[in-house]
Amino acid sequence: MTERDVVIKNRAGIHARPAALIVQTASKYKSKIAFRNEHEEINAKSIMGIITLGASYNSSLTIRAEGEDEAEAVDALSKLFEDRFEEE
Amino acid sequence: MGRFTVLDLLNLDLKEHNALNLRCLGGRPGLSREIRVPDLNRPGLALSGFFENFGPERIQIFGRGETAYLQKLEQEGESETIQRLLSRDDVPCVLFTHGLEPTKDFYALAEQYNCPVLQTDLPSSEFQSRLIRALSNIFAAQETRHGVLVEVFGIGVLILGDSGVGKSEAALELVERGHRLVADDAVEIRCVAGNILLGYGANPTLGHHMEIRGLGIINITHLFGVGAIRDKKQIQLIVELEDWDSDKSYDRIGAEERTREILGVKVAYLQVPVKPGRNIPVIIETAAMNERLKKMGYYSAREFNQSVLKWLETENARSRHFQERDPMSLDDLSTG
Repeated sequence: MTERDVVIKNRAGIHARPAALIVQTASKYKSKIAFRNEHEEINAKSIMGIITLGASYNSSLTIRAEGEDEAEAVDALSKLFEDRFEEE
Repeated sequence: MGRFTVLDLLNLDLKEHNALNLRCLGGRPGLSREIRVPDLNRPGLALSGFFENFGPERIQIFGRGETAYLQKLEQEGESETIQRLLSRDDVPCVLFTHGLEPTKDFYALAEQYNCPVLQTDLPSSEFQSRLIRALSNIFAAQETRHGVLVEVFGIGVLILGDSGVGKSEAALELVERGHRLVADDAVEIRCVAGNILLGYGANPTLGHHMEIRGLGIINITHLFGVGAIRDKKQIQLIVELEDWDSDKSYDRIGAEERTREILGVKVAYLQVPVKPGRNIPVIIETAAMNERLKKMGYYSAREFNQSVLKWLETENARSRHFQERDPMSLDDLSTG
């Protein structure tokens, strides 16, 4: 199991477009991937789930992946957060 | 659940027989105080000066009796116990029922210590039962599941399965057939009254949307009307969709009851394999109807097996009867 904390750095937070980007990236990997905030955990391959997390600017999330390609999955996803979802 | 504050309590959008009819009279800066326990307290003893075993972390309810006592205290110029009560910052708020108002002394002290003063027009007993009901819902054990919750023929069906197995597509067809969507993708489940699982949409402000591959995000309320949605529903059946695995043996009879536990509550559970050409919505509809039959005491698979057993029994008896000689036959009579 690989875990990493990420911070949302784009102003608008995770709205539909970033969520779609996350889902597309997560779906490339076989591992089970989830995002967790203080009180819920959500499947990273579900777009509505990610949007309902309501992750806003400067809030943090934990990415958790479990499976054969977990390390690569977490790397690819945290890179999206680093790159501010190619926004701004 | 995050922090539940007094402001969240004021903002609770409860309807009709659940409404709390709250308004804030004063001590507004204290609205950010957290409510930690789903309980309330009548502070009569505390007002009279007896603070032993006092429950400060509870919501303090002032009914007619307590308010009359406050007036008596004000006439006597006594405010020490009120001060002792209001100065504690672990008291989340004080609340007046029957539309009663606090005395001037009390009000001034509440403002001084930033203790929120709420008021409701409901009578104490009715208000207390509503408040306990609302708080126990909020403080109930809960978890978020990845799945779709639909109401099919009155049965709350939670559809689970891996991403891309077709949960949303199955739910969309169910909605199209006149059933109702409760939540897509993220279902918030709360265990209320110890043995009832209630499913909600994880985020009520986002409403009833669905993501369908190839279509994107669609608004179910606008497309299918308010008749196609529900805010919450008890989960009575879990259907897990999974890709057809030819090595795995699936239930072919359905005589044994399979259950799955969520938050310690057992719910009827079915595993349905998916492959092209299998009409999943029809299977889910049938499963829901079958569940209703079971609730009425009729178990299709069991009754069927009972008839098979009965039939085998009569066949057996009949063949034995034909093989044996009849003791009362004419042959016997003539020889005897």
